[in-house]
Amino acid sequence: MWYLCFFFHRLLDYRKAEVESLAQLFCSEDELNDLQWRLPLHHHQDSPFHFVNLPSQEVATKIANRSILVKGMYELWGEGGNYEELEESIRNYPDERKLPYLESDSTFKINVDTFGKVISLQEQTQRIQGFNYIPFKGRVNLRNPEHKFWLMETDDYGANNGLPPIVEKRIFFGREIGGADRKLLPTYQLKSRTYLGPTAMDAEIAFLMANQALATPGKLVYDPFVGTGSILIAAAHYGAMTMGADIDIRVVRDGRGPDCNVWSNFKQYGLPMPIALLRADNNLPPWRSGLKEVFDAIICDPPYGVRAGGRKSGGRKLLKGVVGPYIVPDDKRTGHIPSTGAYTLVECVHDLLDLAARMLVMGGRLVFFYPVLREDDNAETHFPEHPCFKLIASSEQILSSRYSRVLLTMVKTSQYTEEVAEAARIKHIDFKENHVKWLEDGNLHSAVFSPADAQLNGAADAKATREAKPKYRGKYV
Amino acid sequence: MRLLSHNMLSSNIKGVTNGFPLRIEAEKVVVKQVDLNVRFLKNMFPKIEWKALVEASRTMGYAELPEEVEPSKLDSRDFLQKFHHALLELVLEEGALVCPETGRRFPVSKGIPNMLLHEDEV
Repeated sequence: MWYLCFFFHRLLDYRKAEVESLAQLFCSEDELNDLQWRLPLHHHQDSPFHFVNLPSQEVATKIANRSILVKGMYELWGEGGNYEELEESIRNYPDERKLPYLESDSTFKINVDTFGKVISLQEQTQRIQGFNYIPFKGRVNLRNPEHKFWLMETDDYGANNGLPPIVEKRIFFGREIGGADRKLLPTYQLKSRTYLGPTAMDAEIAFLMANQALATPGKLVYDPFVGTGSILIAAAHYGAMTMGADIDIRVVRDGRGPDCNVWSNFKQYGLPMPIALLRADNNLPPWRSGLKEVFDAIICDPPYGVRAGGRKSGGRKLLKGVVGPYIVPDDKRTGHIPSTGAYTLVECVHDLLDLAARMLVMGGRLVFFYPVLREDDNAETHFPEHPCFKLIASSEQILSSRYSRVLLTMVKTSQYTEEVAEAARIKHIDFKENHVKWLEDGNLHSAVFSPADAQLNGAADAKATREAKPKYRGKYV
Repeated sequence: MRLLSHNMLSSNIKGVTNGFPLRIEAEKVVVKQVDLNVRFLKNMFPKIEWKALVEASRTMGYAELPEEVEPSKLDSRDFLQKFHHALLELVLEEGALVCPETGRRFPVSKGIPNMLLHEDEV
C-alpha cells in the first residue's frame, strides 16, 4: 500500500536511504523488492513529500517510529491542487477505509502543517472547519487523541526553503500512522555529554548511522576508531552489543578521570556498556587467525586528517625506512610507549574494507564516512570498492564550500577468501593511483584549510567551469 | 576485558605463528552484569574456540563450563546461563595477556587490553 511520507527538511540525501534500511529490518525479502518511491505531482526529488509503497500499516508505523528523518507517515485520504480537488478526492476515498477511524467512541484531532508558507491560527481553524463533509462522529481530544489527522499544504510561489520551486501547489489530508521520535536528539545531544573529543559524532548523524547499520538487540557492532564512543552510543540505544578499538590509549582507557570516560558516556544514558574496548592498531589488527564473520555491523568515522589525523604503529622514520626498528631494552619493556606514524586515509580505508570483508557476517553492513573534495566537481566521485561488498547508499553532507563527507553503506554479499583479499588489494592500488591523490598524507587537510588566494590562482580555469555548473543548494540544509 | 575479547585476540607480533590463545595473568577479576540475549549467544557460539574459553574461564576462577560441547546444548537455559556468564560477565580488570610463543605481556589495565606492538615487533 502507498503511504505519504513527510520528511524533515534536512539531510536530504539521508532520508530515503534511512527508510530503505529500516524496511530491511521489518520486511521480508519479497516485500523489500516491492518497496517503491513516487513523487507527488510536479514535485522535485528534494521535496519533503514522498509516497512510499510498503507492505502494511504495521511495517510503515515501525519504520517511521524508528526513523530520525520521517516527520510523519500518513495514510493519505485525499490530495489536490486546491480545496475543491481535495474535497472530491477525500469523498472518493473508500468509506471502509475511513469509517473505522470516525466512530463515535473514538477521539481525534486535526493538525495543520505547511511547508514553505505560514498559515495564521484563524485560517487554520477555518480550514479545519471546512472538513465538515467528513462525517467525524468521535470526540475531539487535543492532548491525547486516538486518531490524528493532518492537513498539509505547500505553496507554489518562488523557491521553497532553498529548493527549486515545487511547481504546483499541493494539499494533502491523511491519517497519521507514525513519525520519528526526535526527543532522542536533545537527550543524546553532544553538549550534555560528559566526555567529548574533537571529532565526537553529532547525535543525529550517529543515530542515522546506527539505522543504516541496522543495529538491533542480539547484534554485535564494532567501531575500530571508537574515540569517545559517540557512534556506539547510538547503536547501544537500539539494543546492539557494542565493541570498540582505538590506537590512543588515553582516550579509551583514561578519558578525563573516573567519571569522565567512554564508560561514563554510556552510563550517563543508562545504556549497557560496550562489551569490549581495546587499544589496537587498525593497520595491524590483533584478531586470531581463523576468526571471521563475527560482527553484524562495523560503523565508524575514520580519521581523515582534517580535524584529527590517523596514526599507526611504527615511527615516522621507521616507516620511511630511514632507520631500523628501535630495539626496546628488556628492562624498559613494561612501560614502553611505542611510537606511531601518520596513517593516510587511503591505507586506512583499505584496511577498513579488508577488516570488514573478513569480520562481517554475510549480509552484514559496513557504514562509514568518506570525505570528498568539492573542487572535483567535474570528475565523477569514485568511492572505494571491494569485491565482497555492494554499495547500497551514499549520502552526502556538505561541510564547507571546500569539502563534504559522504556516508557510505555497504553490504557484504560474498565470502572473504585469500584470493578475494588479493584481488581487493590490486583494485585498491588502481584506486589509489587513479582517483585519490588528495587522500595522501596531508593533502586533504591543505585542500580544506589553504588560503583562498592560492586556490583561486591555481584553479582559475576550474572556477570558470564551476560557475557554469552551479552547485545544487538543497544539500546544504 | 571479557572472555569474548580474549577468544578473539591473539598476539600478532611479527614472526609469531601461534599467538592464540593468550595466557591470562589475572590480578583483579570482577563480575559485571550483562543482560542475557539468547540470539546473541546463539550467533556467537559457532565462532567461539571452546577449549580456549573453558581454560580462560578457569583461570578467572569459574569452572562451570563443560570440556566438550554440542550445539544442541544451546537449547538448555542452564547451559546458556553459564556460557553467558563466562563469555560476557567475567571481566579481567587488571592483569595481562601473555603471548604463548614469546612470553610478551600485553597489559590489561582498567579493563582495557593494550594490544599495540613495540617498534621491533611490527
